[in-house]
Amino acid sequence: MSVAGITETVQYLTFKLADEIFAFDVAKVREILELTSITKVPQTPEFMRGVINLRGSVVPVIDLRLNFGMQCTEKTVNTCIIVVEVSMDGEVIVLGVLADSVQEVVEMEPNNIEPPPQLGTKLNTKFIKGMGKIENDFVMILDIDKVFSTDELAELQGSAVQ
Amino acid sequence: MIEQHIAAYREEAGELLAELETSLLDLEETPDDKDLIARVFRAMHTIKGSGAMFGFDDIAAFTHEVETVFDMVRNGKMVVTKELLDLTLKSRDHISALLDASAGCGEADKEQGDAIIAGLQQLVPKAQTAKSPPETPAPPVAKAEPAETEQKTWRIRFQPNRELMLCGSNPIGLINELRGLGTCLVTAHFDQVPPLDTLVSEHCYLYWDIILTTSRGEEAIKDVFIFVEDDCRITIELIDDRKESEGESDYKKLGEILIERGDVSSDDLQTVLQQQKPLGELLVEKGVITQEKVQSALAEQQHVKQVRQERAAPESAASIRVPAERLDQLVNLVGEMVTVQARLTQVSNSRLDPIFISIAEEVERLTNELRDTALNIRMLPIGSAFSKFKRLVRDLSQELGKEIEMVTFGEDTEIDKTVIEKLNDPLVHIIRNSIDHGIEKPEKRLTAGKPRAGTIRLGAEHAGDSVLITIWDDGAGINRDTIRNKAIELNMISASADLTDQEIYSYIFAPGFSLAATITSVSGRGVGMDVVKRGIEGLRGTIVVESELGTGTTITLKIPLTLAIIESLLVKIGPSHFVLPLAAVEECVELSRADIQEAHGRNMAKVRGHLTPYICLRDQFAITGERPEIEQIVIVSVGGTRMGFVVDFVVGEHQTVIKPLGVLYQDVKGISGATILGDGSVALILSPGDLTKMAEKAELEQLGQREG
Repeated sequence: MSVAGITETVQYLTFKLADEIFAFDVAKVREILELTSITKVPQTPEFMRGVINLRGSVVPVIDLRLNFGMQCTEKTVNTCIIVVEVSMDGEVIVLGVLADSVQEVVEMEPNNIEPPPQLGTKLNTKFIKGMGKIENDFVMILDIDKVFSTDELAELQGSAVQ
Repeated sequence: MIEQHIAAYREEAGELLAELETSLLDLEETPDDKDLIARVFRAMHTIKGSGAMFGFDDIAAFTHEVETVFDMVRNGKMVVTKELLDLTLKSRDHISALLDASAGCGEADKEQGDAIIAGLQQLVPKAQTAKSPPETPAPPVAKAEPAETEQKTWRIRFQPNRELMLCGSNPIGLINELRGLGTCLVTAHFDQVPPLDTLVSEHCYLYWDIILTTSRGEEAIKDVFIFVEDDCRITIELIDDRKESEGESDYKKLGEILIERGDVSSDDLQTVLQQQKPLGELLVEKGVITQEKVQSALAEQQHVKQVRQERAAPESAASIRVPAERLDQLVNLVGEMVTVQARLTQVSNSRLDPIFISIAEEVERLTNELRDTALNIRMLPIGSAFSKFKRLVRDLSQELGKEIEMVTFGEDTEIDKTVIEKLNDPLVHIIRNSIDHGIEKPEKRLTAGKPRAGTIRLGAEHAGDSVLITIWDDGAGINRDTIRNKAIELNMISASADLTDQEIYSYIFAPGFSLAATITSVSGRGVGMDVVKRGIEGLRGTIVVESELGTGTTITLKIPLTLAIIESLLVKIGPSHFVLPLAAVEECVELSRADIQEAHGRNMAKVRGHLTPYICLRDQFAITGERPEIEQIVIVSVGGTRMGFVVDFVVGEHQTVIKPLGVLYQDVKGISGATILGDGSVALILSPGDLTKMAEKAELEQLGQREG
């Protein structure tokens, strides 16, 4: 069975946060950077790691691990920043997402993607578009636009400040 | 392609409408100004004409009706009345609405358009019957004149009789008169001058060729010679006008000119042309004509060529339209260039290679010039924004039954395009406030011994790297005590607080603060001045209010010239870099551990005998790590008071290219943007005003907790 909204075979970029594999739609990914120095903006919630210089533009970087209730991302050789384009209130903004390591680009057919389970992911299922199956592993396909919708961010910001 | 033209038409029509509005408002002050009427007519005519060309038929049709009425005004068949101006202003708004509707935003009310036309047509017969019949056919002079504005070039041969000077006429005077008509080139001919022994000193032996370029007609030239017509031979020929010269800047060949003048026959010319020598030289050698005649003809050739070139030049060089986003892109690129240059300078200084350093310095100079030029391109005179307010004042004062005169100055002060756009809203609110609360009703003004009509003065002037915008009114002024009481009532200040005037006035900008007892359509909700404050702070500007009860109020806005690049002071706290706008920085002093102990934990530093409060940015931003033995206080002037910011280390001056932090960080307080340093890392731009306010608020809360 497939998931509503996913009708075509699409390529996905998979990456790891801790031990779990997540995926973004490749069309949303602009580039992948090595971890550079991130400037923390004071008085902001912790998951907003700060800003980086992306060829002259200032781009915010977000630590999804903190969003998902994991520990803060540590710097390793494999740590990357995935630069994605997110539509937010009708505007496209560019964001960096920290990932422990970037895996591969895979093609997934709609019938290999299942709707997210209501229980057991320990994550807010609102962010998950579907569960893709690659060989024996399950990949959580993230709905980037939802992850970064203003409501969600405001909620997170609110909880983080408290 | 056609879309591009339509976009250009929209833009042009927008400009014309703005011009129309200004002219109409000026016309209200001087109703018989013929030039203004002509300008109004021209603007409408162009809107109509190009509108029809690009398929804006409704605009063309509507404008045509209005134009018809103004045609009668122009021809003197109607007089300019207040009703006419009211209706014309409304038509202007309607055209603007039609224009917006055609672009797909908003809809134009067709009935309103019809109503305006009906109103205008009602005015027409009334005006016609009002005038006595014999006066109606206005002399067509006014109409004929604009047709003559085209520049034409004339050849005049002025050959006075020998006795001319005996009649008291001076040929020099006549030639000087010709010079007054336009650009003039005069060549004198000496070939009639006899040998000295036969020369009669009172006789005039000379004659002249004059090439004149003028916008006046042949009549004007003939008028110059009107008194000497019988005593000399004058030929006036048109040799160049616009139609003829379309597309070519060359003029006739020398030979052709000479033949045309009758100085040489075409046969003579042909024989001479057989030989390969410069024509003029040959003709003189052959004795066919004299040197002067050739000189004169050459001068003519030169002159007309030059005139035609000049005519072609302004058409190509005057100005070009560039989409705003392309300019923004240019400024962005220059911004990146400045960043890279900073890096280059940093690297070159560490290499100690003189050649490398000199290259880096050259790049620095060029980058600075490029930056200034790029930023200059975006500068626009502020007058375009001012003219909008004339209309606002006119409409609003009518609505409120007040008489107000609006005076503007410094319209040509140039300021960044984006700044002008962002200034609009704050200025609207300030002026509305002046009209509503400031200026009193006519009766009240008369009893107060003031002139019946109030005055609002809106002006702009440069002051260093800022622009000062002043809004002055001679109204009732602001009552300090009322504000104070209201602020106490709203729990904004304690009853015992000792505040300066400036501090009290600052409460009028607080959100939700309104002194108006009733909410009118104009003001009273306590929103307007809050918009002003936010708007001006968004531009990194400051507001100063001065007021005297009974005599008036002056609000001065100080706005930086540009938003893209600023001079700043780079400081360091722990591992992070921050920048402070240099314009606000007053001085830097040291703060040692001993100083902190001496102050007993209060955030006050003694600077040359004066106590200066400071904010420790390390604490404020929760930056971990060891505080250095000796810290630095950067003293910044915030709204007239001195405030210190404690940092670890002051790095130095920095050219800061302002980068927005984006929507994610838009709610962050105390930080107004980011910039990229020479090493590629990001530094945050601090906003001293916000930081001070945050600290004040935090302290008030703390005190409140303690008291509670």
